[in-house]
Amino acid sequence: MNLGISATEFVSQAKEGALSVEEFVAKTLDRIKKIDEKIHAFITVDSQNALDKAKAIDKKIKSKEKTGICFGMPISLKDNICTAGLKTTCASKMLENFVAPYDATVTSRLKSEDAIILGKVNLDEFAMGSTTEFSYFGPTKNPWNPEYVPGGSSGGSGASVAALECLASLGSDTGGSVRSPASFCSVVGLKPTYGLISRYGLVSYANSIEQIGPVAKTVEDVAFLLNIISGHDVHDNTTVNHGHVDYVKDIKAGVSGKKIGIISQMIGDGIDKEVASATTSAISKLQDLGAECIPVSLDAVNHSVAAYYTIASAEASSNLSRYDNLRYGFDFSTEGYEFKAFISKARSNFGPEVTRRMLLGAFVLSAGYYGKYYLKAQKVRTMIKAQLDEAFKKVDYLISPTMPILPFKVGEKIDDPLKLYLTDINTVTANLSGIPAISVPFSMSSSGLPIGIQLFANSFQEKELLQAAHALQETSKLPEMSL
Amino acid sequence: MTKIGLEIHCQLTKLASKLFCSCKAEYRNLEPNSNICPVCAGLPGSLPLLNKKAVEKAAMISLALGCKIPGKIGFFRKNYFYPDLPKNFQITQYNAYGPTSIGSDGKMEIEGKEIRIRRIQLEEDPGRLVYEGTSEKTMITLVDYNRAGTPLVEIVTEPDFETPKQVRKFLNVLADLVENIGVSDPYLEGAMRVDGNISEGDGNRVEIKNVGSFSDIEKALLFEITRQQSLVERGIEVQAETRHWDEARRITVSSRSKEEEQDYRYLPEADIPIVLIGNESLDKISTQMPESIVARKERYVKKYGMPAQVADVLSSDRFYSDLFDKSHNEKNAKEVSNIITTDLMGFADTREKKLELKITSKHISDLADSILENKLTRNSGKLALQEMVKTGKALTDVISSLDLGHVSDAGSIEKIIDEVFKEEEKAVAEAKQNPDTINYLVGKVMKKTKGKADPATTLDILRKKLSV
Repeated sequence: MNLGISATEFVSQAKEGALSVEEFVAKTLDRIKKIDEKIHAFITVDSQNALDKAKAIDKKIKSKEKTGICFGMPISLKDNICTAGLKTTCASKMLENFVAPYDATVTSRLKSEDAIILGKVNLDEFAMGSTTEFSYFGPTKNPWNPEYVPGGSSGGSGASVAALECLASLGSDTGGSVRSPASFCSVVGLKPTYGLISRYGLVSYANSIEQIGPVAKTVEDVAFLLNIISGHDVHDNTTVNHGHVDYVKDIKAGVSGKKIGIISQMIGDGIDKEVASATTSAISKLQDLGAECIPVSLDAVNHSVAAYYTIASAEASSNLSRYDNLRYGFDFSTEGYEFKAFISKARSNFGPEVTRRMLLGAFVLSAGYYGKYYLKAQKVRTMIKAQLDEAFKKVDYLISPTMPILPFKVGEKIDDPLKLYLTDINTVTANLSGIPAISVPFSMSSSGLPIGIQLFANSFQEKELLQAAHALQETSKLPEMSL
Repeated sequence: MTKIGLEIHCQLTKLASKLFCSCKAEYRNLEPNSNICPVCAGLPGSLPLLNKKAVEKAAMISLALGCKIPGKIGFFRKNYFYPDLPKNFQITQYNAYGPTSIGSDGKMEIEGKEIRIRRIQLEEDPGRLVYEGTSEKTMITLVDYNRAGTPLVEIVTEPDFETPKQVRKFLNVLADLVENIGVSDPYLEGAMRVDGNISEGDGNRVEIKNVGSFSDIEKALLFEITRQQSLVERGIEVQAETRHWDEARRITVSSRSKEEEQDYRYLPEADIPIVLIGNESLDKISTQMPESIVARKERYVKKYGMPAQVADVLSSDRFYSDLFDKSHNEKNAKEVSNIITTDLMGFADTREKKLELKITSKHISDLADSILENKLTRNSGKLALQEMVKTGKALTDVISSLDLGHVSDAGSIEKIIDEVFKEEEKAVAEAKQNPDTINYLVGKVMKKTKGKADPATTLDILRKKLSV
């Protein structure tokens, strides 16, 4: 049985009864058991429940009962997406034992379409990081070379899909957290338009910019997942009622006659040579398919990383205030503590990156600094949006490398937060402006490390974005996972 | 000069659900922590969902207080750590970065003095802390989140009050107002809570918190004025601080450093999109609003020629003004207002007594008509009213059972006058000399008829007989 098939292939085979869901799930669980100690993508594996569900779905398929459109597709969820009855730790000691009493909207939509949730995957604590090294449970490794980071913060999502430990995954993208691991692990990752997917049940880090996003082997798989999880939700006031769109239909429409803008600020200084040449090659392949590519300058991008860390940290400092260990958390008695002392003691259990961002956030929001930092960052955000609006009057898509550099070694940059922050330069623009962006696996470096290309479209143009991404993915043949 | 400003927290008790979830807004008398859900308990991953009705009710209060309502309203997070706050921030409104709270720049007139309303904001109530234990050592703090997320409107006034009495009056009128527009029952325990700030001359401002009732805020302010004035007299500077009202000792007590200048690190609440309030929706809200107390007063004065004071008393009491509006017709309006304001309000001046009243609009209307048609004197009317209030019986039944029927035919009155003349020879003689004393004889006739004789007819006949 080939665990390397795409989710779309799995669904069509399972639907026909050409494969046993139970067997597929069992084989996948075996693989997790065998290789995950090297990769450490999973925090929690829900084996028994997955097998029970698989059996039940096989039965439904055999007896021609109505079955959800996932037909038992095994999927992993980033461990900041709530699952009733299954721990949601956010890779933090603060939520080490937290079991949400409810499903996130995306979780319940997947369940009702008969997806099988295999387990919960690793992340940087509370999704703060670009490498998945800042997890309370230890780092995730890149399946293409376990000495290297898988990107982050949804490193568990990227690695679990790349390592064939599941067919798809949901991550969350606050500043590139879906696209970075997609790029570093050679899978597809989409950051949808803000408001397209419900955040109900996604543990907030920076709630004004983050979205849940699908990770899978192919663009078509991502479109398939988007069909299930997108759309207005009564539990999230920020979701937009955009009408029904079928993202899979017409996915092969191609890019002929489309205009693509090459973002000058994302291919200049500081970019790895192999990444640069891969980008050039991607552009020429798209031109071969009939697209017209022209340079586009977005100078506000130069301020995007600073604006992103200001806004995200400010929101984080507020969103993470609730973790005081009074109502839920780890085992730690309140007895004998005065309130303030208890709070400081309990909250000293956050990891270093979370602590850094909460302090930074509290600082930029404090009286006298709000205007100097937070408001200025919001102005940058407005500027970026305005420049994008202008650009999208001239072009249909924008293109850049997803990450400016190749995957680096575990531990290599962990002591230099600024260097790490700067690797987000190409991804944060989509979060600050709310527009959708996708990372498509495109090539491998000479050292065998993945390189992803990023495409952007205007807000709620996911259908068109996926068409272009599909066309791009079809242009390259990449090696199979050998692990 | 004393300057007093108020911050009034008023729960929107007439709403069915909390501000951001579907838990009940009425949290009283429930098992602790039984009226909670992932949203109001602030569980990870939960998101607030704005109760649009709460925005409407808050807009009603703003309109009633003459506030400006911006085209867009937004919410902010007020960040601070406290065990009664499940998220360790409160979702509220904030105007420092442009007016986005539901109301601003309003005013209300109290006894000819204009009190300016600085702003009105919609926010969530925190949970409640319950202390148990007998001494500091055994003391434990329990948290009940049933109240967390209850819709609350904060009304902030400018420091325009000069006396605690004005404050008391303002609060009574405000309580009447929120009750009148149907947004809150201000008499429910904890539904309306008041903090005051007070300063003498150019002195520092002192905040007074933890005041349980309107009468206590008056006492707390009076105490505070005396305290501050005696400090000033002795040349001691008043400290800028927060003081708590100690109900048992009837003094204000410094709450030490606990409430020091806090930095709340306000942040826009991105989970709740900006709410657009167009003119259309404002018009709709206005039409849903009952007539304001001021408008009602004006109507009473203009349409029925009620004296301003009567109109004032009547219009500010929702219960009695509703009764008036149901009872009166064009002819008897003035009489109905007299009956309600001079007699009925005296019988039932408290909420409990009002609820016990068995009187209906028909009772009042019939009574007014009978008086106007000379079937009943005002005196008898009062007796009849007293009986109807207690028993709920119809006016005709009450008149016959108490024998209150009017004596207005000249024949019967003349007979009684003849009797009085026999008994009061001296007075009759005096009245002939000095017509001003005639009222004594009228009184005698009234006494004999138990007040049922028509005073005008009686006077007429008396004058004829005495030829004065």
